[in-house]
Amino acid sequence: MLDLDFGKYEGFIWAAYGISALVFVLLTVASLRFSAHWKRQAEQLKAQEDARS
Amino acid sequence: MAFSRWAAPLFGGLAVLLAITGLWLGFTAPEDYQQGDTVRIMFIHVPAAWLSMFAYICLGIASFLSLVFRHALADAAAKSAAPLGAGFTALALVTGSLWGRPMWGTWWVWDARLTSVLVLFLFYLAYMALRSALDDETKAARACAILALVGLVNLPVVHWSVNWWNSLHQGVTVFAKGGPKMAPVFLVPLLLMVLAYMAAFGALWLVRIRGEVWRRRADAALSRLART
Amino acid sequence: MSLAWELLKRETALSWGRGGGPLVSAGFYLGVATLLPLAAGPEPARLAAVAPGVAWVTLALATLLGLDRLFERDYEDGALDLLTLSPLPLEFVCALKCLGQWLATGLPLALAAPITEIALGGSPTLAPLVLVSALVGGLAFAFASGIGAALSLGARRGGLLTAVIVLPLFTPPVIFGGGALDAFASGLPWSAGFVLLCAYAAAAIALGPLAMAAACRNALS
Repeated sequence: MLDLDFGKYEGFIWAAYGISALVFVLLTVASLRFSAHWKRQAEQLKAQEDARS
Repeated sequence: MAFSRWAAPLFGGLAVLLAITGLWLGFTAPEDYQQGDTVRIMFIHVPAAWLSMFAYICLGIASFLSLVFRHALADAAAKSAAPLGAGFTALALVTGSLWGRPMWGTWWVWDARLTSVLVLFLFYLAYMALRSALDDETKAARACAILALVGLVNLPVVHWSVNWWNSLHQGVTVFAKGGPKMAPVFLVPLLLMVLAYMAAFGALWLVRIRGEVWRRRADAALSRLART
Repeated sequence: MSLAWELLKRETALSWGRGGGPLVSAGFYLGVATLLPLAAGPEPARLAAVAPGVAWVTLALATLLGLDRLFERDYEDGALDLLTLSPLPLEFVCALKCLGQWLATGLPLALAAPITEIALGGSPTLAPLVLVSALVGGLAFAFASGIGAALSLGARRGGLLTAVIVLPLFTPPVIFGGGALDAFASGLPWSAGFVLLCAYAAAAIALGPLAMAAACRNALS
């Protein structure tokens, strides 16, 4: 049923799926890192503020 | 914040499930008698194109709310949508090219849809550039919101103008979706992939909004600490 | 009304004077007209085919040249602050600024456009349409680029940013005007494109100042 032989279209199909997968991975990793970084920063600074008051 | 903590992973999981199902159905479907196997590209091109527009609509609504209600969360939402929208738009352009080359023999054609997507990509770049070029965050937020609304009005005009231009040149071939009516064997995986992409956008958007909110809290805390 | 007239005179003089105005734009136009045959090859048929389109696009790009004089100067030396206090609404002030810019640069360019088009080998019968389209299109470009200039106030690398913002706004008038010229050159009905160009210019004149004023207020806040 799953026929992965694309004949002459192989390059195009693999390229399209490959680029899509790459972009998704990049967007996901970047977004998660962005979020985690600022969460850390915010919590650190909050701890500093609490320590001072 | 509490909503996004469980909603983001939920949307992410949903996206993965939908994508697996959609792709399985898509690849086990028979070859389209006109397009052969290249129809498989449709399953990632059409969702990307739809999401590029959807992300813009989200950005537009968030910008409108940001201008009218001056709510920081609306602005955070608009800012977070931009890079995602740009990513989807770029994907739509690239996959469209890779689909067009074997199908219609050309990497690019100046039809209404493709040109509008290209202009949309330029808009996303302009939006992100304007954000980073202005140092004052409040000003950057409002300027970007104005830009978003101007662009929202302009995009249909662009689409329409290219349509008009193409109609002058009697029936230039326009990239079709693969036939006037789509058979269910293709339609179902396509819809699943569109939903998968939307869920993925939802997940990533929430993640970025959370990050943006934390960034503002960190900024505020930093300036409070600096003052003491 | 005399207040508006004074402002218009000021804006036109500022856009025109001290090395701005028609000199820079004319120089740009001349540059394109001479460089294009060098780049595209001097075959008359090929040049004649692209001549109206090139004249049109160059008009659009030349509008970007004088843009820093529109808002940036007044923003930096505080004149924009004072203009917001004038009895004229800021939207009207912005409109007058764009109109002054057009009078100083767009209008001379529009006059140069048919000459350039003929010099590149385009048909002389096309010239009147080129002139009128350039006049109307110049207005559309002036008001659209004003939006970009107002939004980039206070930004770093404002010039490049303005260009990126403005490009999507230029697309419809370029298509309408180019389509009209193209249709005329091929003997097809051209009036539809021209009417659409006028409609876009009217919309830009009516709506553009709203966005410009909002952007100026934001920058001054």
